[in-house]
Amino acid sequence: MTEFADLHLCVPFRNTEQQKRLIAKSFELGYRLVGIPLPPNTSPEEVAHLRKICTDAGLDFVSRVDLAPKTTRDLIASLRRLRRRFEVVSVLCVSKPVARQAAKDRRVDLLSFPVARPRDRFFDRAEAELASESLASFEIDMAPLLSSEGFLRTRLLASLRREVTVAQSLHVPVTISSGATSEHLLRRPHDYAALTMLFDMDSSLALNALSDVPSTLVERNRQKLSQGFVAPGLRVVRRGKDP
Amino acid sequence: MIRHVRPRYLAIQVESEDTLEEEDVKEAVWTAVHQLFGEYGASKAGLFLVEYDKQKKYAVLRCGHKALPMVHASVASVTKIKDKPVSLHVLRVSGTLRALSKKCRV
Repeated sequence: MTEFADLHLCVPFRNTEQQKRLIAKSFELGYRLVGIPLPPNTSPEEVAHLRKICTDAGLDFVSRVDLAPKTTRDLIASLRRLRRRFEVVSVLCVSKPVARQAAKDRRVDLLSFPVARPRDRFFDRAEAELASESLASFEIDMAPLLSSEGFLRTRLLASLRREVTVAQSLHVPVTISSGATSEHLLRRPHDYAALTMLFDMDSSLALNALSDVPSTLVERNRQKLSQGFVAPGLRVVRRGKDP
Repeated sequence: MIRHVRPRYLAIQVESEDTLEEEDVKEAVWTAVHQLFGEYGASKAGLFLVEYDKQKKYAVLRCGHKALPMVHASVASVTKIKDKPVSLHVLRVSGTLRALSKKCRV
């Protein structure tokens, strides 16, 4: 059975009741893995608390950090500081140099772009080529699509249509996330897959972007963060002298 | 004889804080289809609200099989009814009402 994942469930950080409601709703709608964005200075206790809420609800918890650096220098510094503390690292690309650096840096998992400013969406062919080499995934949040209307939604759909075509032609994995801040912006995975027809994405690809792509990404990162990991395909099995 | 327009029935769960009237749900779905696909798209949808249970917050919509992706996307895009936050979830899709009620058991 397909296990669906939502890597961007924006639960309010210090409101336990709301956290529980959103997480329970996510499980009810058919998700089995959720990524929750956390502030960079989150303590391990707070992470453990969220992990417990998710485990109690029957969900696999993934810690995620959203970076929105202004310069490439900021991005590199943040990655150096935070990469090993979070399972998923997402970068909101607010400028072209940041977008290019994020796309070629192997420590970045998800590339996202500002919704309100279509001119600042730098996901073009050059960006996609860099992203395909570094295994970064292009993330589409569905909440802005649901909450916007009129001209803003039309422009967003046009941008997404262009970007999905570029991503598919250069084999950049696409991840679909809810980006939901409240229960009313959460939808079932099949509903999201139906919504992707608005930007001409194939429904099988959309379901893949809601299940296999995020699950593979998380699995790969968990392996990397595990103790014995040395390089892809290489890990320490035992230390010390052979028996 | 092959039927050119085969019906599809969608079981929908309505999630809202208030109890909604049948007309409100119908209008919300029609508005969503209009907003996303225009009058031309809406004319091809063959949309009809077959059943609505106010207490269980459950509705059944009918549309043509070719218009199913369009109607599914429209239903999922509804976020407000009468300025109140609402979400509509498609629980099941089926070709007959009998199969739909079997699958949903509501």
